[in-house]
Amino acid sequence: MTMIFGVPLAVFMGQLMLGLINGAFYALLSLGLAVIFGLLKIVNFAHGAMYMLGAFATLLGMQYLGVSYWAALLLAPLVVGALGMVIERLLLRRIGHLDHLYGLLLTFGLALIFEGSLVNFFGVSGARYPTPEALQGGLQLGFMFLPTYRAWVLVAALVVCLGTWYVIERTRLGAYLRAGTENPALMQAFGVNVPQLITLTYGFGVALAAFAGVLAAPLYPVSPTMGSNLLIIVFAVVVIGGMGSILGAILTGLGMGLVEGLTKVYYPEAANTVIFLVMILVLMLRPAGLFGKEA
Amino acid sequence: MATTQTLTPAMERARRASQRRNLFYLALVAVGLVAPFAAYPVFLMKMLCFALFACAFNLLLGYAGLLSFGHAAFLATGGYVTGFLLSSYPALTPELGILTGTAAAVALGAVFGVLAIRRQGIYFAMVTLALAQLMFFVFIQAPFTGGEDGLHGVPRGELFGLVSLESNLAMYYFVFAVFLIGFAIVQRAVHSPYGQVLKAIRENEPRAVSLGYNVDAYKLLAFVLSAGLAGLAGSTKTVVFQLASLTDAHWHMSGEVILMTLLGGVGTLFGPVVGGSLVVSLQHMLAQSPLGNWVSPILGAIFVVCVLSFRSGIVGELQKLIRKNFK
Repeated sequence: MTMIFGVPLAVFMGQLMLGLINGAFYALLSLGLAVIFGLLKIVNFAHGAMYMLGAFATLLGMQYLGVSYWAALLLAPLVVGALGMVIERLLLRRIGHLDHLYGLLLTFGLALIFEGSLVNFFGVSGARYPTPEALQGGLQLGFMFLPTYRAWVLVAALVVCLGTWYVIERTRLGAYLRAGTENPALMQAFGVNVPQLITLTYGFGVALAAFAGVLAAPLYPVSPTMGSNLLIIVFAVVVIGGMGSILGAILTGLGMGLVEGLTKVYYPEAANTVIFLVMILVLMLRPAGLFGKEA
Repeated sequence: MATTQTLTPAMERARRASQRRNLFYLALVAVGLVAPFAAYPVFLMKMLCFALFACAFNLLLGYAGLLSFGHAAFLATGGYVTGFLLSSYPALTPELGILTGTAAAVALGAVFGVLAIRRQGIYFAMVTLALAQLMFFVFIQAPFTGGEDGLHGVPRGELFGLVSLESNLAMYYFVFAVFLIGFAIVQRAVHSPYGQVLKAIRENEPRAVSLGYNVDAYKLLAFVLSAGLAGLAGSTKTVVFQLASLTDAHWHMSGEVILMTLLGGVGTLFGPVVGGSLVVSLQHMLAQSPLGNWVSPILGAIFVVCVLSFRSGIVGELQKLIRKNFK
């Protein structure tokens, strides 16, 4: 059997694959955070809760309304995105003129409300969502076994990430968004409806999180606390990459997933903490982050 | 006699104000001294520990303008170190255990501080949160913390080897003394020239830099002070409740201390004391009511309301009222 530094190739590739999947989730979430941060300048602490709501919408939609996985893939982000837009209009807009730390605190309160309420109804243990039929089974690649669903998650996440990158960097709407990030007052003067743009941006950002939640539903137990633990890691990823660049957020997310996977192979005790350690290293060597622009 | 004649009206007013303030402090100390005869001492001790924790946090947010989302790490470090030492070395007196726990929190604060002050604003909050989460995993895996179970049955021991702290009343007066020392440190720091510079940095960091202040050193000292006092609160709490657990290290705890400070009044001396006491009382009351399972959403809702329309907090709003009506 082929060995890589004393580890069988199949195990090595398997962990790498798992790492890459985690990385895809980090990328989707940190991308949403970066998009929201660009225009609203707040760090959305409710992002993990939105990811969790996406997964719950998928689960409950199937249990009570018979919504299929494929429909949920579209509907859950729409529903959660709409919820996000309501939150932006009713709450976040009212504190837009304040120090941006208040945005962090407000969204933290929202996260507590969503998470705490769902814990009351569903407990913390989590429920399982069946893998959709079309994506069951897997491929024997010779050097490893690749479950179809995992391959699908990776492809779907990458497509959505790159699609977002394309929209922001290459289309007219994206140009508005980037201009709004640079100078909202000037945009407003040119006749662009900036408040509306902000609402849509927040809705889109949390919809990305909800999409990640749908993808995660068949992989991990669907529980109210699934989002918050993930979010703290994503925060570390965001500190490592810096929120200035869309492509940077995607690459850092995937890269950190791989680092985590490798750590699981060679030093499992540190698998939980390795991303935080990388963050410390980056803070010491390159305080602005790998792709950061701020001073 | 000659000195009283040379007092200008302004000096006279200042003297009266300082007299009033001293009377106010004395009255509060008196209330603290008789409180255990009116209420359950263990509950009061919990209030005092969290009030001290919130005061420590407020030193950083209210006066240096730094929002740490990782203060649970210092509370837990103080608690675990004290708990481990007192359980393993029965000869150790509680005050030494608490001092060592506090020293550990100071050391951790220095490390975190050096790292975190390299970034500002929102990034500072995320860095501290991530570092605290790192500590959470360390506490789960480290051999001396009891993992998921935590440390139980930590002996209270005898203060200075003389006074047994087994009685809740004796324990209460010790905790009250610890709280007063912690509060006095915060009060001194805030009203010193050092505190003035901190406020200047909070208001306008580039200007403070251009005036020649070593901003990073000031921030770091504030961070270390705050971490140390949070550790002191955690160590004392461990001795009171005789346990140290992962609850103290969880990010919920970092959020709770923010809420205490925000609710009471950020940047006011008594705000965190009021906020800490209120949140602890609220949790206590809710736990016994049918709403017991809804503590976390209710705290979240209070958070949202505070941020939207009550940003000065209770003490801050009171101060505004007094200023408007009596001056």
